Amino acid sequence: MSIRHEEIQAPPSRTRRIKASTSRHSDGRLAFWLILPAIVILTIIMGYPVVSSIVRSLFGDTLGEAVPFVGLANYIDVLFGNDSGTFWGSAGTTYFFAVVTVSLETLIGLAMALIMNKAFRGRGLLRASVLVPWAIPTAVTAVLWKWSFDPVGIINSLTGAHIVWTGSEWPSKIAIVIADTWKTAPFVALLILAGLQVIPDDVYEAAKIDGANAMQRFRLITLPLVRPALLVAILFRVLDALRMYDLPAIFTHGANDTTTLSILVVQSTLSQLKPGVGGALSTLTFLFIFITAFAFVKVLGVDAVGADEKTKTKEVTT
Amino acid sequence: MLVVLFCLLPFYWMLVSSLKSPGDILDNQLIPTRPTMMNYGAVFSDQNTFALALKNSLFIAGSVTLIALLFGIFASYALARLNFKAKNIVLATFLATSMFPGVAILTPLFQLFADMGWIDTYQAMIIPDISFSLPLGVWILTSFFRAMPWELEAAARVDGCTPLQAFRQVILPLAVPGVFTTAILIFISAWNEFMIANSISQTPASQPVTVAIAQFTGVSQYDQPFGTQMAAGVIVTVPLIIVVLIFQRRIVSGLTAGGVK
Repeated sequence: MSIRHEEIQAPPSRTRRIKASTSRHSDGRLAFWLILPAIVILTIIMGYPVVSSIVRSLFGDTLGEAVPFVGLANYIDVLFGNDSGTFWGSAGTTYFFAVVTVSLETLIGLAMALIMNKAFRGRGLLRASVLVPWAIPTAVTAVLWKWSFDPVGIINSLTGAHIVWTGSEWPSKIAIVIADTWKTAPFVALLILAGLQVIPDDVYEAAKIDGANAMQRFRLITLPLVRPALLVAILFRVLDALRMYDLPAIFTHGANDTTTLSILVVQSTLSQLKPGVGGALSTLTFLFIFITAFAFVKVLGVDAVGADEKTKTKEVTT
Repeated sequence: MLVVLFCLLPFYWMLVSSLKSPGDILDNQLIPTRPTMMNYGAVFSDQNTFALALKNSLFIAGSVTLIALLFGIFASYALARLNFKAKNIVLATFLATSMFPGVAILTPLFQLFADMGWIDTYQAMIIPDISFSLPLGVWILTSFFRAMPWELEAAARVDGCTPLQAFRQVILPLAVPGVFTTAILIFISAWNEFMIANSISQTPASQPVTVAIAQFTGVSQYDQPFGTQMAAGVIVTVPLIIVVLIFQRRIVSGLTAGGVK
């Protein structure tokens, strides 16, 4: 790397002036052509389905040649009709999972990050083991925990309990929360750790000299300074948790009130010949997640792009 | 130490269970008394199409990675290096799309692919996967490109290179580690994808491993497939874990920059 560096810097700069005058304009044009393909691809892959599902949701589901235009009838049906319980039930389940798993993962993740930030011996082992749950496919995680939560499985055997975990609502939900927390808390810990490592040591030193105890240092220095990284991690996790599919789909197949919005949409796509209602469901799911993200950014002032600048500086320093 | 146990114990349990025979599998012994490889044999037996599923997964995740990298590199170079208006808006849009719920595009795409006779084909899984892997790639690559030394490119431009030449001859060789890390992250996310694959692939011909494992049968047809599923889980997970451990430093910085699973 250093050789290359010298090669390039060796000839003394001849035309430093030219660069300043021409770059700005041609940069814009070049940038446009470099970014265009990615934007076009995403517009086709994502824009087309979103628009077409919105359009399709405005039409009825009668079998035959021409489907009638029904306006918002599908939405009214899903939200307030006879079967509206299905939608609201799975929306409630989805938000329940999101709130509970993200809270647990944030608490455990923060604790793990604080430990990892302190530990000097065995730091490599720590970081390595933290990556293991993240690397295991969620589908495999689901199968693993499904067997662990078997009535004669390891969990009941270790705890001496006799619970049919996948048999009723709350045990199923608790099992899914535990499985998700195991898989994702380490990942949250990594995100928070990146924020912790930006805090310079001398801030703590100064506080120590001023007589602040460990609790005060955590509350008055660590928490405020790690807040941006923490909020970004929570935002990412909330949006991810609202899309939850793999775990409940394999665990209970959505039985016992563990049907999330994603499972509901997939079911309506695959097993029912109702593209209109399916379109309405997927549009509503999209809207719910979008509104949640928007509210999150507005209320808590999460600055995802700005936070990236911080991780950047961290990367340079390490 | 607690953290290590928390992370590794369930994985250890998977490993141990994969080594137990159907008779021992539910004895809940933490150390296998009579370790056996028979589950690994069952994974590749005729009634499970696991070998085919491995090939399918490799092809799908590999294609997704290549496509996402190809377009992601150009876009993220522009976003990290060039000055233009609307840069932050474009970057925020890419971030927003990577947070996009997959189900929102699944229903219409499923109908479209059904009309085209594409159900149960590779491309019907690769195309939706691009929707999350391309924004992910752009986002991580942009932060890698940003962290590279600016002066090198400036020097190349001063020496008369066009931006494109500067990119090819100076930045790209330096970017190889970052690009490689991004490739690993994209590959893992595509390899682990389940929801889209579970909807699109309907026969073993196109099933990736995640779907195949969830539908496994046991050593004999009437057995509980616990050991077989765990053995298959070990097979699809261990290569990932090895790669991840070798490149753990880079992966961690890529993950924290991307912030996306």
